[in-house]
Amino acid sequence: MGKLDGKTAVVTGASRGIGRAIALELAREGANVVVNYSGSEGKALEVVEEIKTIGTNAIAVQGNVGDADAVQNLMSAAIEQFGSIDILVNNAGITRDNLLMRMKEEEWDDVINTNLKGVFLCTKAVTRQMMKQRAGRIINISSIVGTIGNAGQANYVAAKAGVIGLTKTTARELASRNILVNAIAPGFITTEMTDALPEDVKGAMLAQIPLGTLGQPEHIAKAVVFLSSDDSSYMTGQTLHIDGGMYM
Amino acid sequence: MATVLERVTKVVVDRLGVDESEVKVEASFREDLGADSLDVVELVMELEDEFDMEISDEDAEKIGTVGDAISYIESKLG
Repeated sequence: MGKLDGKTAVVTGASRGIGRAIALELAREGANVVVNYSGSEGKALEVVEEIKTIGTNAIAVQGNVGDADAVQNLMSAAIEQFGSIDILVNNAGITRDNLLMRMKEEEWDDVINTNLKGVFLCTKAVTRQMMKQRAGRIINISSIVGTIGNAGQANYVAAKAGVIGLTKTTARELASRNILVNAIAPGFITTEMTDALPEDVKGAMLAQIPLGTLGQPEHIAKAVVFLSSDDSSYMTGQTLHIDGGMYM
Repeated sequence: MATVLERVTKVVVDRLGVDESEVKVEASFREDLGADSLDVVELVMELEDEFDMEISDEDAEKIGTVGDAISYIESKLG
């Protein structure tokens, strides 16, 4: 018996990294999962196969979350396949890092479009279904940098801070319909993105973390399960900081 | 076959939990029938399902009374 038996979850950006870990952990708790991806079809199909091995059902749906038509198609595919959407995890995100002075307008727009507008579009698209169900969980993946800032990431930080504000507003608007909306702000998590960093940069990162290690994608995935389950039924509009104590 | 008025009345009674006798043509969803803004959004969604039509956000904003809903739907059904 899992905590999410029979539930349907849509996870955006689920082919790699934290999104992949979230999709797998939701499946381990019994949920069927819609694995959204933008470019990595092969990786997304691997996640689908792994979920089927775990014992629940999954489909992969391609689509850029910054595109309203693609988002509508994603949610329609989920409902057609599984009949409901109980959990939405807005995880898809990109980076286009540059110093503010050098940042191109296009770099700004791309990141805001995927990381912030994408959350708005996906949330809007599932709300109709969740209102009918009189139940739903929306979990938005923000970032520690959305709270403390980060040099070289003006676009990413603005989007991630925006996600926290959007989380609070959506939580207030939908609370009366039993749709609970919370955010998670991961710190430095081991992914392909952090693996690629030079050792001295990693060392500097570790020095800022009271618990002294990078986080694992599973640390985030476990919190998503908590926010998706009955265990968190009196929580909405909150941001969980999972960062080894970096921000407190 | 039920009339548009009867079908709209049923949706309003189910959604807003009001008595059928309160659902008059001139009744405002918000002023007279106790709907909040989210209730009106939901009501429009259910009318879309009931009549199998799409009501644009722009048109939905103009629907304030039971009569508005009925005349909008009748004009769409032609």
